[in-house]
Amino acid sequence: MKFLCVDCDAQMKSVESAAPGDGTMAITFRCPNCDRQVAMLTNPMETRMVDSLCVDLSDSAAEAQPFESVRSHLETRHPDPSGPDPVWSDEAEKRLGRVPGFVRGTVRKLYMEWARERGLSEITLTVMDEARAQLGIEEM
Amino acid sequence: MSPSDRRRTYAELTEGTAADIAGQLAERRQRLERRLAGVRHTLAVLSGKGGVGKSLIAANLAACLADQGASVGVLDADLNGPSMPRLLGVERSSLRVEGDGIAPAVGAAAVKVMSMDLWLEGPDSPVRWRGTESGSFLWRGTLEANALREFLSDTAWGDLDYLILDLPPGTDRIAPVHDLLPGLGGALAVTIPSELSRFVVSKSLTMVKELGIPIVGYVENMSGYLCPDCGRIGPLFSTEAAPFEGVPRLAAVPFDPRFGAEGDAGRPDVLGRPDAPAARAVRDLARAVRQFYENGS
Ligand SMILES: Nc1ncnc2c1ncn2[C@@H]1O[C@H](COP(=O)(O)OP(=O)(O)OP(=O)(O)O)[C@@H](O)[C@H]1O
Ligand SMILES: [Mg+2]
Ligand SMILES: [Zn+2]
Repeated sequence: MKFLCVDCDAQMKSVESAAPGDGTMAITFRCPNCDRQVAMLTNPMETRMVDSLCVDLSDSAAEAQPFESVRSHLETRHPDPSGPDPVWSDEAEKRLGRVPGFVRGTVRKLYMEWARERGLSEITLTVMDEARAQLGIEEM
Repeated sequence: MSPSDRRRTYAELTEGTAADIAGQLAERRQRLERRLAGVRHTLAVLSGKGGVGKSLIAANLAACLADQGASVGVLDADLNGPSMPRLLGVERSSLRVEGDGIAPAVGAAAVKVMSMDLWLEGPDSPVRWRGTESGSFLWRGTLEANALREFLSDTAWGDLDYLILDLPPGTDRIAPVHDLLPGLGGALAVTIPSELSRFVVSKSLTMVKELGIPIVGYVENMSGYLCPDCGRIGPLFSTEAAPFEGVPRLAAVPFDPRFGAEGDAGRPDVLGRPDAPAARAVRDLARAVRQFYENGS
């Protein structure tokens, strides 16, 4: 998926993505030339279609962890095998579950890193709120 | 010429998307190729028909080959009805990272196993994908294809002589495997001497042929009933098993309650009672499989 600013003949760059939590998704693109912005809005069905492809659409797509899609899409699973990661409380996991899957992986990593840096062993709603404020990841 | 006269096409926008989806997909393919570079032979066990003993035979074949000195891995491709850890007596333990993958579990005769079962919370947990409660069909297939790909590419298989894939029932289940593994080395069909099984299995074999996958042969399972009292083998079905034309019959495994019970309890009977008729049949099968891969026939 690419966006072209027709007037400038310039490829637009994604500047932000937001997930209001109802399954919809908005990704904003800006023309580097004229600053015009467009937003791509997806309904829950479309969001899931992109989600099920299991590709990370966010800008900072890191290399996929082993079994990334099994880990992020399976309802019940063994504890994360990568070792002493902070655990997610049920409520926190549920809130994270509202983030569309195609950015969820990245958002999860952000929270994990944030918690790990602070030596936290559990990610709760409070931890999420705090991290959110500091990381500036509104609505996620 | 104004921009709208000739708009640049997708391919002409060379900056790539920020997320570089094509790059991610290429990276996946390379990961799979790297992983399978250490695997000498791949074999899919299939039938099309459910409950004919694919998994029991696959487990015994794997244990037999391993017992004879081969390094063997089993990929439980039955994502929704995984049975391999159980059939190979794998202890439930937590998964651990090994290098750039997840270590497979180890079962009877040191056979390496990767199965959806290992990812579930407990022995009774069903496989439930997030967000597939309503209208699941669309993305369920994609999620399963992704899981299968990860089973292949993200399991730290190490060097294997044989990687055996136990397929779920369904005549079309070989297609997604072929998509991921175009170089699949062979398919082994399991059938029972009933008209219905024959009918369904021949559909699967047609599919296998159309995909250009080499057919190793077929196993006739439950080819007779082994009387536990007198040890004689009598007919189990009223029909004689008609052969599949042009497909070699590699072994005939009798219905033997102990072979089944031991297997279901995680003790492949081919190792436990090597002199029983079912065990001998499994060894016939193992020999035929080795011959197929070693001599190319
Ligand atoms: N030759 C045999 N003697 C005794 N029991 C057998 C024999 N073959 C299969 N069974 C038993 O039949 C049951 C079904 O076998 P199995 O699960 O291997 O079939 P399957 O084809 O893999 O089924 P599915 O299509 O559901 O994957 C098992 O309990 C198994 O132990
Ligand atoms: Mg089975
Ligand atoms: Zn512009």
